[in-house]
Formats: sequence, C-alpha cells, structure tokens
Amino acid sequence: MSASASGWDRPVDLEKDAAEIPDPDTTEVPVELRAEIEAYMGRYPDTRSATLPALEAAQRLHGWCSPQALEQVACVMRVTPAYLESVATFYDMLETTPVGRHAIYVCTNISCSLRGADALFAAVRDAAGAEPEEFNVRSFECLGACDLAPMASVDGVYVGPLSVDDVPRLLEDVRARRAVLPEKQLARRRVADPDANSREFPEHPPQEPAER
Amino acid sequence: MTEKLLFADIDEPGLNTLEVYERRGGYASLRKALAMTPEAVLAELEASRLRGRGGAGFQTGKKVSFLPKGSIETYLVCNADESEPGAFKDRELLQKNPHRLIEGIVIASHAAGARRSFIYIRGEYVLQATVLDAALEEARQAGFVGEDILGSGHTLSIVLHRGAGAYICGEETALLDSLEGKRGNPRLKPPFPANQGLYQGPTLINNVETLSTVPVIIDIGGARYAELGVETSTGTKLVSISGHVQRPGNYEIVLGTPAREIVYGLAGGPPEGREVKCWFPGGSSAPVLTAEDLDVSYDFDSLAKAGSMLGSGSIIVVDDSTPILDVALKVAKFYQHESCGKCSPCREGTNWTLKTLQRIERGEATPMDLEIMASVQTNIIGNCLCVLGDSMAMPIGSIIAKFKEELEAHMDSARLRPPGTLVSA
Repeated sequence: MSASASGWDRPVDLEKDAAEIPDPDTTEVPVELRAEIEAYMGRYPDTRSATLPALEAAQRLHGWCSPQALEQVACVMRVTPAYLESVATFYDMLETTPVGRHAIYVCTNISCSLRGADALFAAVRDAAGAEPEEFNVRSFECLGACDLAPMASVDGVYVGPLSVDDVPRLLEDVRARRAVLPEKQLARRRVADPDANSREFPEHPPQEPAER
Repeated sequence: MTEKLLFADIDEPGLNTLEVYERRGGYASLRKALAMTPEAVLAELEASRLRGRGGAGFQTGKKVSFLPKGSIETYLVCNADESEPGAFKDRELLQKNPHRLIEGIVIASHAAGARRSFIYIRGEYVLQATVLDAALEEARQAGFVGEDILGSGHTLSIVLHRGAGAYICGEETALLDSLEGKRGNPRLKPPFPANQGLYQGPTLINNVETLSTVPVIIDIGGARYAELGVETSTGTKLVSISGHVQRPGNYEIVLGTPAREIVYGLAGGPPEGREVKCWFPGGSSAPVLTAEDLDVSYDFDSLAKAGSMLGSGSIIVVDDSTPILDVALKVAKFYQHESCGKCSPCREGTNWTLKTLQRIERGEATPMDLEIMASVQTNIIGNCLCVLGDSMAMPIGSIIAKFKEELEAHMDSARLRPPGTLVSA
C-alpha cells in the first residue's frame, strides 16, 4: 500500500479493492480509539457525521491519516477507507502524508502578510527545517487572529504578534514541551475596544499546551 | 456610540463560567423567552429587524419564519466556522462569553421549534472549542440544555462539532455536507436549508454573533433594539479591524458609525506618515474601497451603495507602502486554494486569475491580460453554486477597476527588468 494519498499527483493502487469495508475479525483497532469513535457516532442522527472527529482522533493517535489509521476508522464506522481518504484529502488539518509531531501553522493570509508574515514563515521553516520529525511547519490561510498579526498556531495555541527574533524561543518552548511564548498568547489578550470593560480586570491566564 | 451589548465587561474573569455569567444576569432572557410562545419570541426577533451577522445580512426573524411548522424534525445549526480573512469577532465571543451563545441557541430553537442543534466550529479554534465544550457541560448540568428545559416542555440537545480546516465550510450548505461527514461541497439551491438542510430536514443556520444577540433582544425588547443604528441596519455590530492600523482588534460599534471613525478613531489609522491606500470593508471577499470612501456610513445598505459590502464586518486596511499587486496576489491565492472545485467558473477562474497575476508580477504579462482578467471575474459572478468564486471576483474586479494605472505601470517596469531580478512566484 502506498504511504501517501493517491490522486492528482500519485497513481492509485489498482490492485486494491477500494470498496472493501475492513473486516472486524482481521482489523485490529486500539480499544481507546474504537471507544472514542463509537462515542462520536452516538452523538449524531446519522453515524457518518462522526467522520471528521473520528479522523481527527485517528490522526492524534497515528500522527497522520495513514493507511492503517484510515483502515481502523473505516472498520469502526463501517465505511470504505477510500471514502475516508476522499474526506481526509479535502481538509487542511488532516494530514495525508507523514508529518512532524508538532504543528506550527503560520498564517500568511492578507492581514498577517501586510505585517510581515511571509518573512516570519520563511524564518520558522528555515529554523525548523533540520527537524522534520519534530516540526510540521505550514503556511496557513487566515486563522482568525488578524489582531495578533503576524501570528502562528503552535499545536493549537495562538501566539502573536511575532517577529523573526521570536522564532528560536518559540521552537525551544515546543521542544521543551512547555507553554509557548506565554506573554504572546492570544488567551491572555483583552479585547481592543477601550469602552468594552467598565473597569480594569486582571489578565487572563495562558493556554495549557496540548499533549503531544 | 458607547453602547456595549455584546462586549459589556467581556474581559471579566470567569465570564466563561456559568457562575459569573448567571451573576451578571445570564439565562434570565432564556427564562423570559421560555415563558413566551414561540410566536411571541419570533415577533420580538422580527421587531428587532436584526440582520444576520455572518455575511449575507439576511433578516434573522424572516429566516426563522421560513421554517415549516408542524411535527417535522427541525435542526438549528450555529455557524462558528469563522474563516473569512480579516474576521475574528466570533472568536472573541466564543472564547470569552460562550454561555451567551448557548442561551441564544436555546432561545432561537424555542422560536424555530428545533429539538436538535449543532455548533460547527472551525478546527483551528482549539482554545475556543475547549471553552465552549466546558460551558456546554455546565449548561447541561444546570438544566439549560437537555430535556424539558426549566420545566417548559422545550427540549434541545447541542452537539459541538469541530471542522478540520476548510474555508468553504463556512458556506451554509457546504457546512451541512461537512457536518454530515462528507467533503465540504456546496449544494444546489433551492431547496434552501430552511426547507431541506441537515439530514434533509428543515434547518436554521445562524452565525455566532447573530445568535449571541438573541438574548439581548429578548432582554431589552425587539423594538428597543431596533432604535439603535439606522433604519435598515439596526443594533450594534462587532467589527474586526486589521492590517495597517495602529490598534487592530475587535470593536463593538453602532451600525451607521462613519467608517473613518472606526479606522482612524478606534483603530488609530495607519502608522505615522502613511495614508490609507485601500480598505476591505467586509473581509477579503468585499470589493475594495479607497481613502475617498472613508466617510461612508458603516452599515449594510450604505456600503452596498458605495459598491462594496459589510459582509462579516471585517475591515482590512492597506496603506500606501504596499503595492496593489501584492494585495491582489494574496487574495487570489487564497480563493484559488480554497475553491472546492465543484463548479468550473470558480475552480478555473480562481486558478487563471492567480496565474495571470503571477505573470504580471514576473513581467510576462501583455496589456490584454488586465482585460482578460476582468472578464474572467464577470464570468464567475453569479455562475456558481455558492459565492466563493464571487468572493474573489468582487475584490479582484474592483482592484483592476480602481488601480488599473498602478497595475499597468508595474507591468511595464517588470517587463523592463533584467531576468535575474524577477521575483519568482
């Protein structure tokens, strides 16, 4: 089986029957993953609605939507791996090739790029380039934090405004598995509107880093 | 001007918890609404003349009234897939005041007769989803969500559904497909979601800000709400302002505030010594306006009259240090990447627009290219299942029309550069 998603640039595996739903007797699914997917399936009137959360769960376990991951999700959901692959290839956050452990999405859309995001992305990519197993650096479309421009999402933690000088410490925080640039986190920011708050409130706490 | 309905004390510590929210009078609107008939709640929404805050600006009350009556299973979906470049207002509400959204969803479901609801939040909003999930659990425990809410006989379940990174899923029918576990491709309309939406059932889809405003309307009354703002754009609006301004961020304004007051007064305008070159009044999908248009009243109809749109209320300011070509390239590249590929005018149009712009950048364009590109834009608009293609065609079309000379000058100078200095695309 090919290691990456087939399609536009890569040939499909003609030997494989895409319409096959994996046999539960021969497909091993980790107990916790199965339980999580089944819980998602129970939430919706139509179990197929669980596709995105199920793929996200499998990706969390396997690091990416690998053929084995798709096989396991397909087995629990009783759909074909081909169907799941068609979904996985559509969404930016689902990885269809092996990637580094920590996702660093640098927003390079218009508001961030007006404030230097392209140079920031190049700096992060260059600095993290030697450790492809540790970092998954991607230039991303608008992440919805133009007030922190230029910004990045580091394993789901929004930080900004970033300068090129912040890059070494950002990567160091990730390597050390500690809170990323705590003073630059979105979680701590107050609203910009000066008339929103009737009095002075203490600062918000930083965001807990996700387990990876 | 200082009316704060959604942002009042938004940074109060613990506002995201039930305890603080209730202490501040939270869920009082829900009790009030549940004591009213669904028709009476709907009448308040109609009296408020609230227009949808997600981008289309359709009257919320009217949208609810389109839902068929009777025993058919009706769904309510909250669109929290805020992905429009420049938009980040819903993020503030989700993260800091999730209970207000939940309260709004329960009230709206009472008016719409929905017993099941879903919140589709973009996958990138990790913190916001965590906060909202915790708030939902608290609301369930307290009996504000679930069976027979507060003894009223009204039942509602709320499921938080996380997306996985796709701009198109903010489009309502693509969102429904995505929620059903498919690729996020828009559907042919009609039938509109009000008749045939999620799982083929009648579905009401509303934006986070719209639903968060519902408890306010029930609290102060629709008529009182309608007194704020201007005739056809009532109430307050959250505005996200970003780009070349000194104080980017979210502001709550009364609709009808002059744009200059927002860009210069609130956000401080461009950095010292710079001038506004152009601005997007409603996210990167809106046709650009120039400094001359800054005195326009910031409301739905005035912006439409000025040739642009209010959209989601996201202002992006570009100052005179930025070549317009850079702006066009960023915009086109985004829509080219995010086109789902279902309709040819959008799939091909976004792709060829980007290629033509890159050709201009490299100095390989011919004078005809601007005209061809302009005609591509007019051929996209109105010819697709959804407005993603239009969302590129409108700003690019306006950039070609308003900055033609600058683009032509770039074409000339880029052509004259020696090959080694050309910017690679």
